[in-house]
Amino acid sequence: MKYFPLVWAALWRKKVRTILTLLSVSVAFLLFGLLQGINAGFDNLVASSSLNRILTFSGGSLPIPISALERIERIPGVTHVAYVGMPLVAEYQQPQNFVVGRPVEVQRWFEAHPELQTPDAQKNLLIETRTGALVGKTLADKYGWQVGDTIPLTSSRTRRTDGSLDWTFEIVGFYEAPTRVMVENSFLFNYDYFDEARASDNGTVVQYVVTIEDPSQTAEITEVIDSLFDNSPNQTRSMSEQEAAETQLQQIGDLNYIITAVVGAAFFTLLFLTGNTMMQSVRERTTEFGVLKALGFTDTAVIASVVSESVLLCGLGAAIGIGGTALLFPIVSSGLPSAGSGLSGSVIIYSTVLAIVVAAASGVPPAWRASRLAVVDALLGR
Amino acid sequence: MSAVVSLRNVAKSYTRGKQTVEVLHSLNLEIPEGEFLALMGPSGSGKTTLLNLIGGLDKPTQGEVNVAGERIDNLTSGQLAKWRARHVGFIFQFYNLMPMLTAEKNVELPLLLTNLSSAQRMKNVHAALELVGLADRAKHKPAELSGGQQQRVAIARAIIADPSLLVCDEPTGDLDRQMAEEILGLLQLLNREQNKTIVMVTHDPKAADHAGRVLHMDKGQLVDGARSAA
Repeated sequence: MKYFPLVWAALWRKKVRTILTLLSVSVAFLLFGLLQGINAGFDNLVASSSLNRILTFSGGSLPIPISALERIERIPGVTHVAYVGMPLVAEYQQPQNFVVGRPVEVQRWFEAHPELQTPDAQKNLLIETRTGALVGKTLADKYGWQVGDTIPLTSSRTRRTDGSLDWTFEIVGFYEAPTRVMVENSFLFNYDYFDEARASDNGTVVQYVVTIEDPSQTAEITEVIDSLFDNSPNQTRSMSEQEAAETQLQQIGDLNYIITAVVGAAFFTLLFLTGNTMMQSVRERTTEFGVLKALGFTDTAVIASVVSESVLLCGLGAAIGIGGTALLFPIVSSGLPSAGSGLSGSVIIYSTVLAIVVAAASGVPPAWRASRLAVVDALLGR
Repeated sequence: MSAVVSLRNVAKSYTRGKQTVEVLHSLNLEIPEGEFLALMGPSGSGKTTLLNLIGGLDKPTQGEVNVAGERIDNLTSGQLAKWRARHVGFIFQFYNLMPMLTAEKNVELPLLLTNLSSAQRMKNVHAALELVGLADRAKHKPAELSGGQQQRVAIARAIIADPSLLVCDEPTGDLDRQMAEEILGLLQLLNREQNKTIVMVTHDPKAADHAGRVLHMDKGQLVDGARSAA
């Protein structure tokens, strides 16, 4: 610690250069933090997907008949089946306020998704209240909805039997899904009410959620489910929930590769920038290193001093960058529900490691150069 | 009086490209403890090279250098650095202060290599600055001080670790006469009152007059005509 004032003062010898370098380092770490945070969020999405849940979608343009429920339930190895009807995509008060409601058979849905958390009383109230809605925490927070509120929605495509596009729900409670934040962005309501009230596609669902006893039987059971619909116009496509999450992400592109490439390019440039700054700084201080050595500072002490300077520069930059990430991440991630709202610990750990690597790579060569200076030559500035 | 510095048959040569330049030839010198010695001579005569050998900044090509009771010509670079920290204080022509540190932080530098506490270091620093008459400039950076004041800070830095030997390379070369006199007076004070052995390289005969003994160098050798000052 006693050397800190010396290292700190040396770092600020050229204020403008240090500030600019610090900004570059901060921006690189901000970029890294945000992209890694998003990537980690997507990874979490896949990791939090259940291995013993199979999702059965419609394989074509037609929804799947609800009558298939019993046949799926009878398949050996299947322990439970839930379903969801065509999601109700609607506007709330203004055209830009889009909300999504999922018509479900409440008891089945909660049994299939134990990660959803809601008080039993509210769940029962939803079952009892025909036009009730159980709202995800994120969605409720967004619009400030309270229990007892009546929310009028205007659907963009789902008509009622009377030709109207207006749907009204009464909020009976809320649910949370700490491990799957994305599902908190919608609301659940009674399938029976929806199916009776809608003008088309009655008696159909868009997805079955099939819980199986043994995840190792996933391939076998998905095949059996899809075979049930082989010779019907409503063919299906089944896969594990995890596979479905991965497929969904692959549609965006190879995120991991893109993020690695962008971050790699940023840090490659950063390495040259900080390396050049440190090299230039050491070159300018040749005489000062000569003086330090004359005063009795050993080569090792000189190396430690320059490397500390580099670590301080990169560490400060990384701290500012990660601090900025922590502030900005909730804003950025609000557009990406699967990314979660907080910065993951792994991002902070990776950033720390990266800061050390950049500091070492940019600090060791000039430190080595400074340590090799002959005192007499250094005092003459050569 | 015992010799603080003893050089026996010392030679020093440098290789520049394909050329080898012999700067010092078979030089013998003894400097007793408490002496104020001035080294004079034309440019290129080897004064600074000799000073560097005495101060342990450089090693001879041949010969034996004993300073402060230790043979230093065969020490490793690390051992030499530690030895310098204990035994030698340096005063340079252009002060060589750290521009980004205040006067007190500059003076404190040699003490960072000791085990003294921060409070003890600061106490010693202020005593040294008091001695050179700059206690009120402790928080000033070198750029905020005059040349004479900067050299006083450099002297405070040189004596802070209480070395037995002060090595001064043209300490007044960058100062006007009045400032130079003040600095030389300060060196005399340190020599007389604190018994510091001082070896000073100078071109200035008036500066050399402050020394107890003056030696002349030419072409890498000490020449006759050395005198003892009054």
